[in-house]
Amino acid sequence: MSALTTPSASDLLEPDRERRLYWAMADCWTVVRRGLTHLIRQPANIAWQLGFPIVSVLLFGYVFGSAMTVPGGGDYREFLMPGMFGMTMAFGFMNTAYLVVLDGTKGVIDRFRSMPMAPSAVVTGRGVSDLIGATLDLAVLAAAALVVGWRSDGGPVATAAAFGLLLLLRFALIWIGVLVGLMVPNEEAAGNLFAVAFPFAMISSAFVAPSLMPGWLGTIAAWNPVSSTVTATRELFGNPVATGGTWIEGHAMLMAVVWPLVITAVFLPLAVRRFQRLSR
Amino acid sequence: MTTSRYAVLAEGLRKRYGETRALDGFDLAVPHGMVYGLLGPNGAGKTTAVRILSTLVRPDGGRAEVAGYDVARQPRIVRRRIGLAGQHAAVDEILTGRQNLKMFGRLFHLGAKRAARRADELLEQFDLAEAADKGVKEYSGGMRRRLDLAASMLLAPQVLFMDEPTTGLDPRGRNEVWEAIRSLVAGGTTVLLTTQYLDEADQLAGRIAVMDAGRVIADDSPAALKDTIGGDQIEVIVQDAADIPGARKAIARVSAVEPTADDENRRVHAPVTDRVAALTEVARTLQDGGIAVEDIGLRRPTLDDVFLRLTGARAEARPNRPDTKETATA
Ligand SMILES: Nc1ncnc2c1ncn2[C@@H]1O[C@H](COP(=O)(O)OP(=O)(O)O)[C@@H](O)[C@H]1O
Ligand SMILES: [Mg+2]
Repeated sequence: MSALTTPSASDLLEPDRERRLYWAMADCWTVVRRGLTHLIRQPANIAWQLGFPIVSVLLFGYVFGSAMTVPGGGDYREFLMPGMFGMTMAFGFMNTAYLVVLDGTKGVIDRFRSMPMAPSAVVTGRGVSDLIGATLDLAVLAAAALVVGWRSDGGPVATAAAFGLLLLLRFALIWIGVLVGLMVPNEEAAGNLFAVAFPFAMISSAFVAPSLMPGWLGTIAAWNPVSSTVTATRELFGNPVATGGTWIEGHAMLMAVVWPLVITAVFLPLAVRRFQRLSR
Repeated sequence: MTTSRYAVLAEGLRKRYGETRALDGFDLAVPHGMVYGLLGPNGAGKTTAVRILSTLVRPDGGRAEVAGYDVARQPRIVRRRIGLAGQHAAVDEILTGRQNLKMFGRLFHLGAKRAARRADELLEQFDLAEAADKGVKEYSGGMRRRLDLAASMLLAPQVLFMDEPTTGLDPRGRNEVWEAIRSLVAGGTTVLLTTQYLDEADQLAGRIAVMDAGRVIADDSPAALKDTIGGDQIEVIVQDAADIPGARKAIARVSAVEPTADDENRRVHAPVTDRVAALTEVARTLQDGGIAVEDIGLRRPTLDDVFLRLTGARAEARPNRPDTKETATA
């Protein structure tokens, strides 16, 4: 064995506070690189992930499209695209949860926790990887949208802001994903999350304006955080908006920021606490 | 560096999960530089003990030191001195073997260059150099386990915890892992190894603690544990289960102890003192009684016998590995 096999004195020291912050970031980056390597080694995964939104575009945009109306007028496909973006972000929390469950059942989280790395990096690394993945998802979806004729008329700043809001929603949902991933016992159970994610994404303004739904359902849909993000991005993209004139719909831009912040404020501490409780 | 007489020291560890007392006064003292076997049936508390000692879980009571540091009060320091190979091969399936080791090396704060060099070293040491750039998905069970071991050896830890490292492996994979463990100990690592397989503890461990219901009920060298059982055993395997009572009777004539019958394997055995006389006598009685015998012989006591004696009926529910069945040899 070479000299490397005996750890140097500095390997055995406990880092001081300043070094800890450095290592928290360095370790996070190492975990993010792992996520990026996954993307590179399994490029087909993106296709699988985007299969549902792309099929939805074909189904709703073309098959049902002629039967769909946008209150206040406007092209349904123009209306639909921001909904697809929002739906993809909403489904994203399942990816986060699934990957956390996988690391849990395979013992990878335990390995990380038994190592001298910064414990926070397990969670922050997951979050940053998922945001990068979500950015890629949006890039591919936007390209697909351009192909079917969708355009943003909002100019570069508003367009960037719209994608920023979408990623903000995805960021908030990371914490729900981590929390759920730490609670769910195995991969099969994680698959069942679709039953929750589906109504969460669909009972929203993504496909149909809430004003066209039965009263109570429309209210739920309007107050769904996904709706606020989708409506705000429609405004920013200059796509048909079709709001029913309620307060929540009128303040979509505000709520597209407030909802993610509220979700983060509630679920980030819960996820962190759940992670710390793994040592119970 | 702190020096301590023991690589692992546990005193009165307690851990409850609801009504279950997973650990109920667990004591252990593991000297430096040896393989220490922690043996016990399913649910005895082996995993819980390893998880506490490797800082993953906090105990409800008692205390433990690993490499001279308190696991509850100085977990970060302990983590720099231990390796953990848990019940699953905790490696990333999508990455290659090399990518796995480099990632874990970075997380051990080796720095990129040293992590890469260390990965090469370990891939060589654990005989994975050829498969280094293949995805772990393509690895066999034994290869995954060896990669897992390599990952837990990145910092050349003083103490390595291994929780059932060969469970689910075929005999070949098991031998590969055994070889890897032997070479680690030759390099000075202390290994605490849990297993349900007595042959494994017998093969690898210099000392064994037998666990049941959350505590250690016996603790000695494998040879000394076997001596507590007494001398040789005579063993008969009959062809027809209906002959088990007949075989019992035949063996009872030469043994001071009531013979034990294992119906499932049609096996009857009991300790004897005068080996050759007993064997001749039993063979003759069986032949006279017209009992068809599949095998007859004398054997040294195994840890199986120790285990049965110590844990009694509970151990009979323990899953047995088919390839470790004892065959009697004359
Ligand atoms: N996280 C847990 N939650 C509830 N019960 C547990 C947990 N971990 C272990 N136990 C219980 O504690 C006992 C000891 O388990 P364990 O340490 O896994 O034993 P072994 O590894 O020897 O099979 C078992 O009865 C098990 O069901
Ligand atoms: Mg166990």
